[in-house]
Amino acid sequence: MSENSLINSRFEIAKSPHIHSNWSTKQVMWLVIIALIPCIISSIIFFGIAQIMIIIVSVLFSIATEALIKTVRKQKITINDGSVIITGLLLALTLPPNFSLVSTAIGAIVAVGIGKEVFGGLGFNIFNPALVGRAFLQAAFPVSITTWTNPNFIDGISSATPLSLMKFDNKFEPINSLFFGNVSGSLGETSAIAILIGGIFLLATGVINYRIPLAMVLSATIFGGIFWLINPTNYPNPLFHLFAGGFLFGAVFMATDWVTSPLYAKGMWIFGITIAIVVILIRLFGGLPEGVMYSILLLNGFVPLINKYTKPQIFGREK
Amino acid sequence: MKFFSKNNSFKGGVHPSEYKLLTSNLPIERLPNPEKIILPLSQHIGSPSIPLVAKKDEVTAGQLLAKENGAISVPIYSPISGKVLSLGIEDTTSSFAKEAITIQSTGNSEITPFPKLDVENISDTEIRERVKLAGIVGLGGAAFPTHFKLTPPKDKIIDYVILNGCECEPYLTRDYRLMIERPQDLIDGFKLIMKALNVQKGAIAIEDNKNDAFELLKDIVKYDQSISVIKLKTKYPQGAEKMIIKAILNREVPPGKLPIDVGVVIQNVATAISVYEAIYLGIPQTSATLTVSGLGIKTPKNLIVPIGTPLNDILEFCGGITEKAKRIVVGGPMMGITQHNLSAPVMKATSGILVLTEEEINQFEQTNCLRCGKCIEVCPLNLVPTRLAQLSKLEKLGEAEENGIFTCMECGTCAYICPANIPLVQWIASGKQKISKAKKAG
Repeated sequence: MSENSLINSRFEIAKSPHIHSNWSTKQVMWLVIIALIPCIISSIIFFGIAQIMIIIVSVLFSIATEALIKTVRKQKITINDGSVIITGLLLALTLPPNFSLVSTAIGAIVAVGIGKEVFGGLGFNIFNPALVGRAFLQAAFPVSITTWTNPNFIDGISSATPLSLMKFDNKFEPINSLFFGNVSGSLGETSAIAILIGGIFLLATGVINYRIPLAMVLSATIFGGIFWLINPTNYPNPLFHLFAGGFLFGAVFMATDWVTSPLYAKGMWIFGITIAIVVILIRLFGGLPEGVMYSILLLNGFVPLINKYTKPQIFGREK
Repeated sequence: MKFFSKNNSFKGGVHPSEYKLLTSNLPIERLPNPEKIILPLSQHIGSPSIPLVAKKDEVTAGQLLAKENGAISVPIYSPISGKVLSLGIEDTTSSFAKEAITIQSTGNSEITPFPKLDVENISDTEIRERVKLAGIVGLGGAAFPTHFKLTPPKDKIIDYVILNGCECEPYLTRDYRLMIERPQDLIDGFKLIMKALNVQKGAIAIEDNKNDAFELLKDIVKYDQSISVIKLKTKYPQGAEKMIIKAILNREVPPGKLPIDVGVVIQNVATAISVYEAIYLGIPQTSATLTVSGLGIKTPKNLIVPIGTPLNDILEFCGGITEKAKRIVVGGPMMGITQHNLSAPVMKATSGILVLTEEEINQFEQTNCLRCGKCIEVCPLNLVPTRLAQLSKLEKLGEAEENGIFTCMECGTCAYICPANIPLVQWIASGKQKISKAKKAG
């Protein structure tokens, strides 16, 4: 009797819980895309409408790469979860203005192909895919990726970024230019205010947790501040570290990537603090003017180890 | 007060849509006697009761139908007069078919009460004896025999009793209605529970979404030094035993241990009413108060029904289910059990019947784990649900045990929040089953 009714039943049989929050992979990914809109706008304002092509090419090639790999591997195509669009956007926004579109496409293919799909796709990658693509481009096209166009407000063809001015000429760009973004630099990274708007949106919607960005900001302030106090003519003040280069962009959009950041609260602090220390070390003492990309990638590699040693204590278990 | 209530909670948890307004203002109604009732012999945790009647026997309301079988067991009484139709295996609402007594009703549900007790001078032993005689089980969900909980082992010192009125599961309003409709009975029942345990201090815990119940009960005990009424943050699973004890006493029940190991006994508010009825009125536990709700039922209600009433009778009394009904759940939406056979009966500890629609279930397509850590953030017991589920899936059972799989109470908080929509509780539950099975075999 019970077997018959089981077959005839029109009601679902399922394990609890029987209700679900509104969180879904798709919803989260679209929230991140929305959060990136201010950065896209700032890149167009400061570097011209032509930059939209870099963004479009990056996104399209990211999507195409994922679709191709999923098809070859006979897996379900999951483009509409939005994650691959984010990879494309993030890569584009870390590239210099007027960057070669061919190189952009190559970067996107590497980001999605090697950064993400090689590991098995969404959720399995160790390194931030966009940064993998960016690192590849840095190695493959070291000249064009460090050729910076001035923002529209200042006439000129190419100029140095605030960080290279600091590093090689010992000149510090004023903080308010860094805040609004009319300095040279990567497309989406120059305007602190645009990044902060996106960051506040992500925090308010609960997509990202405050721990990693806050740890990075505090750590850079303290660590950068120590050098500044020692020698303010050689080393920039902490605000400069926060607002120059890709620091804020990295803190809000890159280091907070769910897949490639630590799982536990304590680990998030360690991750954020260490990234900022490595950034400051590279900026002040390394061969490159900027170090956000490499420090995040480096710490991505340590995430499994961080997770291993920061597991939370089970409720009620002896300490 | 704001500052204070901030402390009265636990780490983690979620805030699902409550849907309590569907029934919170509806007084408890009595269901007309059903034509047929089905009484499973196991409506509690412990050994099934031993039947004392045979097919075709005439029974009267309040008659003992099955006696307890050992210390962790309870007797079962007939809520109605009638004739025993059968003794056999029937589907129940607890996901297993069980042996049950089926009775054809003759319509009478007048119960002859037990002998009167001198409540003023009652002793702790008399209370426990009567609770045992009345077949009372805890109504918070687990259906643990109450007399056993009121008889802690000699080596455990109990110094605090908590009456759980949190009702943190969405939809359910049974406890709320009992608190505002029968506050005095509830307090009297609670005092008996405290007396049975010889404990001087007790608290009634209520979530801050039931402020009127809080004020009402607080007013009744305002001159009573032994009972405090405590408001806790509205957050799921605030009503879980470990979470309440943490919130009120800041004591942590270790994994694998019980509240009595930290000196606490917890009873549900509805159980206190059963204790009151058994001692003041001499009535055994033969009815269940429950909430019938969800967007898939035409007229949601709070009901008092005879135990053994088939779900069908209750759903019909509530106007029937709508076209959109997708899942029928007995219990709350976070921990309840889906039903496929609507002739299965209500049991002593049934607290709700929910008819849920697609809209409420809100299920999305499953994706890979995004390692977002939300399940970890919300887990009230500080477990790593995504890892436990993965270990269970990969059959790494030893590692799952080390990572606390048995500490998980399957509250559903993790699966509720999971953006990837991974059935975490299902994986964890199946992992536990596999481990238990392996242990039995080896």
